[in-house]
Formats: sequence, structure tokens, C-alpha cells
Amino acid sequence: MDVVNQLRRQFVDYYTSLHREGFVDDQFTQLQKLQDENSPDFVVEVASLFFEDCEKLINNMARALEQQQRVDFKQVDASVHQLKGSSSSIGAMRVKNVCIAFRSFCEAQNREGCLRCLQQVTHEYSLLKNKLQTLFRLEQQILAVGGSIPVVE
Amino acid sequence: MVTDKIEDMDIEVLSSMWPEDIEHEAGKQFNVEKPGGDQDTLEEVTIVEEPTIVDFKHLLELTNYSEKGSSQLAYLVKHWEFKQANAVRLLREELDNLSRQRQESELKKLEILEEHRFEEERYGEDKCPISILDEVYDIWQEVPQRKNDVVVPNKRVEIDAEYDTVRYWKQRVMHLEKLLEASIQREQLLKEKLQESIKNLERQSSPVEELSQILKRADNFLHFVLQNAPVVFGHQDKELRYRFIYNHFPSLQEEDILGKTDVEIFTGSGVKESQDFKKEVMEKGLPAKREITFETELFGSKTFLIYVEPVFSKAGETIGINYMGMDVTDQVRKREKMAKLREEIAVRKAKEKELNKTIHITEETMRAKQMLATMSHEIRSPLSRVVSMAEILATTKLDPEQRQLLDVMLSSGDLVLQLINDILDLSKVESGVMKLEATKFRPREVVKHVLQTAAASLQKILILEGHVADNVPIEVIGDVLRIRQILTNLISNAIKFTHEGKVGVKLYVVPEPPFAKEGSQHGSDGSTANQSTTNVAKEETCPSMSQTSSDQKGFHGKKQEDFCQNHSFSEPGTSVMNGTINGTKEQAELAETTVWICCDVYDTGIGIPENALPTRFKKYMQVSAEHARKYGGTGLGLAICKQLVELMGGRLTVSSRVHFGSTFTFILPYKFSLSCDHSDDPDDLSDMADHGATYDDATAGFFHFQPNTLGSLFSSNGSRRTQKLTPHDFGYANSHKLNWFSENFYSFPMNNGQTKEMDLVEDACSVAEAVEISSKPESSFRHSPDPDNVSAICRDKHHQNVANGQDKVSTTDVSSRSETSREVDAKMKLTEPQPSPKRQEKSDTGYQSKLNSNREVSSSISKPKILLVEVNKINVMVTKSMMKQLGHTIDVVNNGVEAVCAVHHHNYDLILMDVCMPVMDGLQATRLISSFEETGNWDAAAKAGMEQPLPSSDSFQPGCTLSTKRIPIIAMTAHALSQSADECFANGMDSFVSKPVTFQKLKECFEQYLP
Repeated sequence: MDVVNQLRRQFVDYYTSLHREGFVDDQFTQLQKLQDENSPDFVVEVASLFFEDCEKLINNMARALEQQQRVDFKQVDASVHQLKGSSSSIGAMRVKNVCIAFRSFCEAQNREGCLRCLQQVTHEYSLLKNKLQTLFRLEQQILAVGGSIPVVE
Repeated sequence: MVTDKIEDMDIEVLSSMWPEDIEHEAGKQFNVEKPGGDQDTLEEVTIVEEPTIVDFKHLLELTNYSEKGSSQLAYLVKHWEFKQANAVRLLREELDNLSRQRQESELKKLEILEEHRFEEERYGEDKCPISILDEVYDIWQEVPQRKNDVVVPNKRVEIDAEYDTVRYWKQRVMHLEKLLEASIQREQLLKEKLQESIKNLERQSSPVEELSQILKRADNFLHFVLQNAPVVFGHQDKELRYRFIYNHFPSLQEEDILGKTDVEIFTGSGVKESQDFKKEVMEKGLPAKREITFETELFGSKTFLIYVEPVFSKAGETIGINYMGMDVTDQVRKREKMAKLREEIAVRKAKEKELNKTIHITEETMRAKQMLATMSHEIRSPLSRVVSMAEILATTKLDPEQRQLLDVMLSSGDLVLQLINDILDLSKVESGVMKLEATKFRPREVVKHVLQTAAASLQKILILEGHVADNVPIEVIGDVLRIRQILTNLISNAIKFTHEGKVGVKLYVVPEPPFAKEGSQHGSDGSTANQSTTNVAKEETCPSMSQTSSDQKGFHGKKQEDFCQNHSFSEPGTSVMNGTINGTKEQAELAETTVWICCDVYDTGIGIPENALPTRFKKYMQVSAEHARKYGGTGLGLAICKQLVELMGGRLTVSSRVHFGSTFTFILPYKFSLSCDHSDDPDDLSDMADHGATYDDATAGFFHFQPNTLGSLFSSNGSRRTQKLTPHDFGYANSHKLNWFSENFYSFPMNNGQTKEMDLVEDACSVAEAVEISSKPESSFRHSPDPDNVSAICRDKHHQNVANGQDKVSTTDVSSRSETSREVDAKMKLTEPQPSPKRQEKSDTGYQSKLNSNREVSSSISKPKILLVEVNKINVMVTKSMMKQLGHTIDVVNNGVEAVCAVHHHNYDLILMDVCMPVMDGLQATRLISSFEETGNWDAAAKAGMEQPLPSSDSFQPGCTLSTKRIPIIAMTAHALSQSADECFANGMDSFVSKPVTFQKLKECFEQYLP
């Protein structure tokens, strides 16, 4: 029981820190709430879908921005838009915020700015991935010892 | 040697005379061209000699007096004298020579006579120093240098005869005679030669001539150099009288100038100045330069650069001045122009700088505003989350104290949200981002809807009424969203400050107001007449409004009768056409024109003190701090209204009396076209198809609403319609009615699509009866067990009574109020300090939890079909999951085209539509779906380039293609700004949910749109 409580506390702490540091926002909490016995892996599923999507989009954007001349900003913008939508849906606040800046650079057709943002997005994405993976691991551990995932508000 | 001396002198004197730049022939001592050699160059140049006006006598004097002149002249004279002397000496030598020869010959003769001895004498060559000029000019070429050709026979006479004999003497005499003869001959020869020499000498040009030639050449040279130079030079004597002047462009005769002073010659500005300047130079004895502008009759305006130098006599006293002037008028003009240009440039630069500063400030301001807008935007999302959470909290079980706290929280949150929306709006208007859209709309509908919305959230016992004059066109073109915003703002404002009595809207056509100076008069006689009547109505605002309204009512009742004769469910289109054509016949001749519609929003509220009127439209201004405390609000609403009205080219004014009420009036120009009749408008058809109540919207002129009651919704247009309804119609209406009845009871304001249906039933009483009488199965399970609804209906009934002018409160009604209605009252008290329409709606959702439980049961019975159009997989997943939680399953498609296809194949109750999608965006898909709903065909979709979504008719689902109701389409957009919301509405969407989609948002949306 001690182990469970400890893990649970750890989970709560970690979860709150993610919130505090702005990695996730309330939307993520909403996702957590959507997870029930009918769809126990909902969040993980959504998150992995998100990461898959993310990687694809980042690759797309990187390819588009590789061009020295005639960068197809429209295409980049479309990708950023999609990424923004996904990240906002999943509650990945920091990724979303970078996307907002990214879009303004796209609008301004600023390749330098776009590349910078792409770097940031990649960075934020991998950070978030690590963090969420840790979180999910914690979840797994709690479940493994027979505990329930605490609901953090 | 003398030669050297002369050379020195030449250089000393002459070199200063000649400009340096013609000293190109280095080898020559003089740089004046040889007369013989290159004279052609000078000959080619015609030298006008007239300009030189010389007083020779004085020049002579001058040269005598002035040092420079005299030294020059002295040299010339000396030179001449020297040459003269030389010539004389040569002649003398020659003469000497001759005479000596003569003497010799005589001597010889004597010698012969005496000793026969002659002595030969040679004259040493005394070559005189010849001026270099001689060499150069070859003046003396022909002068014989020496007389060497004189042959003096030196032979001894040889006599053969013996000495001292007769023969000897004879021989000797003969010999001597011969010698004498020869001598005489020689003398003759010499004489001839002398003669010749003299002649030669005479032939030679005289030195004076030579000198004058030199002078002439110098003169020519000067002319050559100066002939086109814009210079004047001259000499003036001690009294400044001209003694010599050279002027290339003479405008005066010699006699007009010489001997006169400047002052005597010219008149005009500058003359005196130059005179004074010359005097000054003379006094100081130092040369000076000055620029003087003359303004004389002779030359006009000319500027001269004048150089004046004093001339001294040999004794050192000043005897006059040399004066040299150059016309620099053009240069001066250019210079002045340059100066002026430079000045202008400087001024421009200063201005530019100033402008830049202003621009900078403006930019800063704009940036600050932009930042405010961005900030507001950024604040809005978390805040709305806070509010949403609070709302969720409100749905949970709370004790009264907690609920009270929560209500305060909610109302405050809403206030802040409102404030932020206002700021966003305002900054949008101010930064010029606000775009106006021109859409066709019906002013009557707008007034009605706004009043309905206000009525639905009304928390006071107030009467809301709307009057629309007959001459207001049925359809006008304008930015309906903004107009609605203005109207809503003004009405909610009026409601806020009115505690009893009424709030009303009056719409009437006015002639073109003076502030729009475009001359053309649209207002017909009819409209002005109408204006006067409405003015009358306006004056008797509060106490006798009931009378006017009843008048209106009567009028409309009559009108309604006409319409009702046409009214038949099966032929809606024709009836509308008839109705509109009849109603607007007198205006039909105007094709498309501008109409000025005046809108009064009047209330019987606290009024505005006169001193506060001017600041009413200022930002963040409220009448007083006390008012601000008491009534809350941001003070932005009216500022926004004013800005919007002005943006649309209108005027917003206010008149008010403290304690009697205020009237806000805005006049706006609208375009309206009567030529396009309503059968063109697909809206009509769809409306007709829906419920056949278009008349009301199109032509009804009077709306009347009671506070916070269901009945208020039905009270428009009098009570005659119901009686005219056929049983069939009634049944139709009723069943519809009951469908939305429970749903919309509390969440009415957003429900545009369905409000139209309400018009079917004008009288709350009749509805109540209908509920009682026709307890249809579908309605019974919702309403029968629910005492709230029944009581509400009762209450409606009661208020309807009030509205009908019976003005009495039946005690039975009061007693029959249920708990809920009491709770309403309690709530009203609670929220009164911050009455906002939105708030009411929200707090109403509080009750809805009770109803929700009912509905959830019902939804399990008939599951609504929902379509999600979304491209983003994650969004799909999240939304789907949320839907699941809400108990809905959904169909998902990925773009607009697929959505259109899906709508084609299935019958949906609700569509959630992403706006930004590839292939076809949500807006277009919505338009296509709407077009299908209106026309019943997919022509628009085909036109838009889509393949016919349905290949064959057998796949049609009977109820689907001819669906009689619109599918509510809810936009899902990431842009939270209201601009994009407007875009959604403009494209026919019913509502919008901002992304990310949350549980709460979806829930609210379903509550509103799902039956």
C-alpha cells in the first residue's frame, strides 16, 4: 500500500509539475477524464497518435524549409496549423505556443524565423514526449501494483 | 647690356598685362602673336571697337599721372627714343663716313697733289644695342649695317715717265685727273646710295606707328578676350566721374556716361550703394569686392560683382578708381534658388522628422493597442476556462452559500470576458481591422431577435417592445452582425438602467440627414409623414406607450388578417410574394437606393444628467463613480456602439431626462433593392418550408415581450393568428413547439433557427392550452411530471395577461408558483447588480441539470445523428471520446467534400464542422449544404466542382433529400476572435465552438441544438 501511495504521490507531483511548467494544460486533464474503463488507454493512444503526427509534420516542415530558395510557406503553414490544432487538442501548451509564433513567421515568409521555430517545436516535442512517457510509465507502475490513477485537478 | 635691361623691363611691365594662360609659346619673349605670321586668327575675329569709349586726352593725362600708366608709357617712349637715336646715329655715321670719304678723297687729292698718298681708314663697327623688339619685329632689317662695299683704291700711281720731266708731269696730271674722276664717280655713287638709304629710311614705318600697332594688337587681344565677357570696367576720377568705360553691352552713348557719376546716370536701388562703395574704397585706398544688386530702369534687376581698386598718382594720392563689374545675376539667382531649396529641404527634413516621430508614436500606440488586443485574446482563453470550470461547478450540488459565491464568481468572470471582448472589438475598430460586410437582412427580424434575446434573459419586470414603421423596407443591405451588436448593446444598456416601465426599439425611415451631404433625397412623403407620427409616439414615451402600442397592434392586426387570407401551408412562396409586393408597392419604382433608417432605443430608466451627456460615448466613461459601482460595466459599450455606427457612416445620439429615461438614436444608411424580389431569396423558401411564418418576419411591425417568460416569446403580432390556423397547421406547429419547448425554455437566446417557429403560436395562453389539451405522448414524458414547466406556463399566462393590458396580478398565479420559480426570483436578486444577458443564460443552465436528467433519458430513446467534419486525427480522437462520454456516437469525415457527401447520404441532426480543412473548407461545405437545404438539389455543389455526390436516385433516403429542417452546423475554429465567428455566421453556420474543443463546450452546444 505504501508503494502505491508513494507512486501515486509521485504521479501527482509529476503531473502537477508538468502543468506548472506549462507542458500540458487543462485540455490534457480533460483527456484524462475521458479515459475510463471502456477506453483505458485513451490518453496513451491519443498521445502516441499525436507524437506520430508530430514527427510526420516536423519532417514535412523540415523538408519544406530545407529549400534555400522558394520555400513553400503555404505548405509549412498548413503543417503548423495542423500541429497547432493537434497540440491544442491534446493540451500540449508549449508546443502550441511555439506553433503560434511559427505561424506568424510563416505569414511573414521569414525562413530564418521558421527554422528557429521548427527547432523549438522539435525541442518542445521531444521534451514533451519524454515527460509524457515518464508519466505513462508511472501510470503503468501504479496499475501494476494494483493502484488506481489519481485524478489531479 | 642694354638688351638685358630691356628684356627685364618687358617682362616686368608687360607680363602683368597679359593673362597667364596665353603664355604658351615658351620660347618667345612675348606672348603676343606676330603680326605677320598668325594674324589670321585675329582677322577672323571681328572686333567691335565701339564699346571702348576713350577720352584720349584724359587717357594721356591719366597715363601721365598714374604710375602704372606712366611707367608703361615711359618704356614705350624710351624704346622709341632709343630707336630714333639709333637711326640718327646710323645716319650720322653714314654721313660721317661719306664726308670722311670726301675728305679723304680731297686729302688724297691733296696727297696726290702733294704726296700721292692716301690713308685708308676703317670705321670700327659700333653696333648699337638693338631692342629685342627690333629683332622680333624686324623693324630695321633693311637698314644697312655697314658700309664695307666702299672700295678705296690703294694703289700707287705708277708713272713710266722720268721724274720731273714734262712728260712725267703730264702723265701725272692725267693720272691724277683719272683718279679724281673716279673719286667724283664714287662720290656720286655714294650720294646715290645715301639718297637711297634716306629713301629706305623714309619708307620704314615710323616708331609711333609701330607703337600704335602694338597698342592696337593689345587692344584687339583685349577685345578678343573680353568681347563676350559679361564685364564692365572703367575708370572713374576723384569725383567718381567716368573717364573710361568698357561695356560689352552698352545701353548708353559715350556722352551719356563719360564725365558723369553713377548717380547721374542711373536711378534706382543699388546705385547709391555702389557709389558709396566706390567712395569707401577711395577713402581707404584699398581694393575691395562687393556684390551689389541694381534695380534700375535701364537694366532691370541685375546683380553685379564689383571690384574697385584705387588709382594713385605718382605722388601717392588717390586720383580715381578702377572699377570692374561682372554680371552675376544668374549665379545669384541660382544661389538664391539653391538657398531656398536648401531651406525647403531643411524644413522638409524637419517635417519628416516630426512626422517620423508622430509615426513612431502612432506605431507605438498601435503596438500598445495590438498588445492590449493580444493580451486580451490571451487572457480570454484561460479565463473562459475558469468560467467554464465554475459553470461545471455550478452543476454540482452546492449549499446556498456556496452557490452565492459561485454566482458572484461567474458573474465577475463574465464581466471580465465581456470587457475583454469589448476591448478586442474596440481595438479592431480603431486599428481599422474591422471589416464591414454587406449582407441582406430583414430589419424586423433583427429587432425581433434582439428583443427576444433580451427578453429571454430579462431579470426585471419590464416590457420590451419594438416598432418598425411600414416604410422600412423588408430587406435592406448592411452589416447585420454589427447592427445587431449595436442594438443588443443599446438595449441591454437600457435594460440595465431601467427598473420599471419599458424598453423599446423604434425603427423608421428618415430623409437623408444633414451630416450625409450627398444631396439625394430618398425619403418620400410617406416616410416623412411616418416620421412625424413616430415622433409623436416618441414624445409620449413612458406613460402613454400602451396606447401607441395598441394602435400599432390594431394596425398590424389588420395587416395580419390580409396576410392570413393568403396564408396557406401548401403555397407559401406565392403568398409571400403577394404580401411583399402589396406592402411595398409605392416604393417599388426605386430600384436600388440608399435608405436612411433611424433607430430609437428608448427606456424609462434613470436617465442621464445633462452634464454627463457629452462624455457618454467616451471610452471607459460612466456617469459617475457611484453609477459605476452600482451598475457595473466597463463603460466601453457605448463607445463601441458609436464607433461602429460611425464606421458604417451613421450617427449615434442620445437625449435624456433624469428619472424619465433616455433615448439613444442611431441613423444608418442602408442599401436596399426592391428590384430583387423575395422569390429569389432561398431563405424565404426554406423558411416557408419550415413553418410558413415568414410574414411575421417580413412585415410585422410590432413586437412585444414580457419579462423572462415563455409567453413573451409568443406575444408578438396579436392573437388572431391562432384562430385562423387550421387544425392541421396547429398540430404541426404544436408538435414542433413541444419539441423544442423544454429545450429552449432556458436557452433561448442562441436559438435563431428555431425561434422562427415560435411565431406560429402567438399566444402563450393558446400554447398552454395546447399543452393541456393535446398531451401528446412525446411531450408528456417531458412535461407532465415536471411541475416546473407547468408552473412556468402558468406564469406565462399570467404575464400575458399583464401584457394584454389587464394589468392585474392574480393571486392564484402567485400561489401556484413552484419552488423553481421562487428560485428564479432569488437568483434575480442575487445577480441583479451585474445583469448581463449572457449571465442569465448561463445561470439558467443551472436549472438545466434537472432537465438534463430528463433529457438524457430521452436521448437514449432517439439518438441524434451527429457528423464530425475534422481533418486532424487527434482532434477527431479527442472529440469522439468526448462525444462518447456525452452518450453520442458520431460519424467522422475528413473534409468538406466528404461532409457534403455524408449529408447527402444520411440524415444528420447536427454537424460539427472544422473550418480550416484541405480539399474543401468548412465554410464552403456549409454553404453547399445550406444551398441544398434551400433548393433541394445539389446544383451548387456541382457548380463548385464536386462530382455529383449522388449518382442515382434510388440511393436517396426518402426523408433525407426533401428534409424540411435545417441541420444545425456548428463551426469548430481555432480562431477565437469574433471576426472569424462572424465569418462562420455569414456562411450560414449556426454557432461556433472555439478550439480546443472541451467537454463543456460540446455539452452546451448539444443542449442548444439537439432536440
